Amino acid sequence: MIPRFDALTRIVHWVTTALTAALVGTGTVLYVGQLSAVVGRRALLARIHVWSGILLLVPLVAGVALRQRGRGLRSDVVELGRWSDGDRRWLRRRTRIAPSGKFNGGQKLAAALFAGLFAMQLVTGSLMHWNQPFSDEWRTGATFVHDWAYLALLVLIAGHIRYALREPDLLRAMRTGSVTRSWAERERPAWARRSG
Amino acid sequence: MPDDDSRPIGRRIVLGSLGLTALGILFGARAQDELQRLLLPITLHDPTGLSDLLPVAGRFRIYSVTGNLPSRRTTDYALQVDGLVDRPTALSYDDVRHQLPQTALTRDFQCVTGWRVHDVGWAGVRLRDVLDRVGVQTAATHVLFHSFDGTYTETLTLDQARRDDVLIAHTMEGGALSDEHGGPVRLYVGPMYGYKSLKWLERIELVDHLADGGGYWEQRGYDVDAWVGASNGGHQDRTS
Repeated sequence: MIPRFDALTRIVHWVTTALTAALVGTGTVLYVGQLSAVVGRRALLARIHVWSGILLLVPLVAGVALRQRGRGLRSDVVELGRWSDGDRRWLRRRTRIAPSGKFNGGQKLAAALFAGLFAMQLVTGSLMHWNQPFSDEWRTGATFVHDWAYLALLVLIAGHIRYALREPDLLRAMRTGSVTRSWAERERPAWARRSG
Repeated sequence: MPDDDSRPIGRRIVLGSLGLTALGILFGARAQDELQRLLLPITLHDPTGLSDLLPVAGRFRIYSVTGNLPSRRTTDYALQVDGLVDRPTALSYDDVRHQLPQTALTRDFQCVTGWRVHDVGWAGVRLRDVLDRVGVQTAATHVLFHSFDGTYTETLTLDQARRDDVLIAHTMEGGALSDEHGGPVRLYVGPMYGYKSLKWLERIELVDHLADGGGYWEQRGYDVDAWVGASNGGHQDRTS
């Protein structure tokens, strides 16, 4: 077995998952009229939604800020953000070559889209919640972005879960921390070599 | 190790998203109006109702502050009018629907959270006509509305309550008010944000002062006088 995600990275992933689930769950009820009508309790749902949003990035930021223990998480974040030529080629099936690092191009794209959509939702959600200083035009615009980004986020989450289920080794890595050597040599040969 | 030829694409995607966010905040209101107009032929004739889930359908969003959807049959319905009045009265659904003078209005419906539904048709009884019928005492200054959801309340000053565009509504868009829209009878306050238009109306009480800062949302920080475009920091076009 080769270690892939350290304990801190996994904790950050699953706490962020829980906060995202709370956000999407309450957001869906607040957004879909038929559900709002059945569930009600609008003030409570809104409070849960806002607090989950405020806390959403706390695990990641805190983890990255930890000097010693945050090392693994930090290097994953850095590597996810940097794309080689091969990563771009990965996104088109015809031009695909073996990943040159720990992640493939699809994983990097998903990470960037998650970061981008979270940023969108945090900015527009804040503007919607602390709306007093802003014009209605801006508030309506923020709601517009928040609604569409929500739909995009649903698609992204569905894709993320689908790929995780299709590749059980990766899902296990996020649960237990390590992957089999055979998987690593087959799917991430360069990373397997550098992991020794 | 990141390759030497690597580029910070991740950062660019995040910055790009923030750029899109800024554009969306600045121009989203206009884009939404355009999309709404473009999609209207589809959303109007969509038998599945799925287009309701798109953020542009110009639809009502259903807000309820309690844990279940209040519902009452028209045969069980009664509207109590009491407090500082000469003749406390209970009106039946039939009184509201047929016996009292009827008024129809078409106005935009504006929610304080930003959405607006254009040209909504309402029909019902002017609140003023009901107030005249029961005889408001001179000591009364405000009208307090109670919902049969058991929680929600709203208030108007007596002057606001006597406006032409304040209805006790039983009909919306040509049909009987559904449970979702506050049926069988709700308040409709044309010139104010949606939270004034209390749903599931069951009691109208005349009072001489406002306790606890006003109605349900006013106690949670909303403005007591909820004029569209001139309260809660809003500047939308007026609705009435």
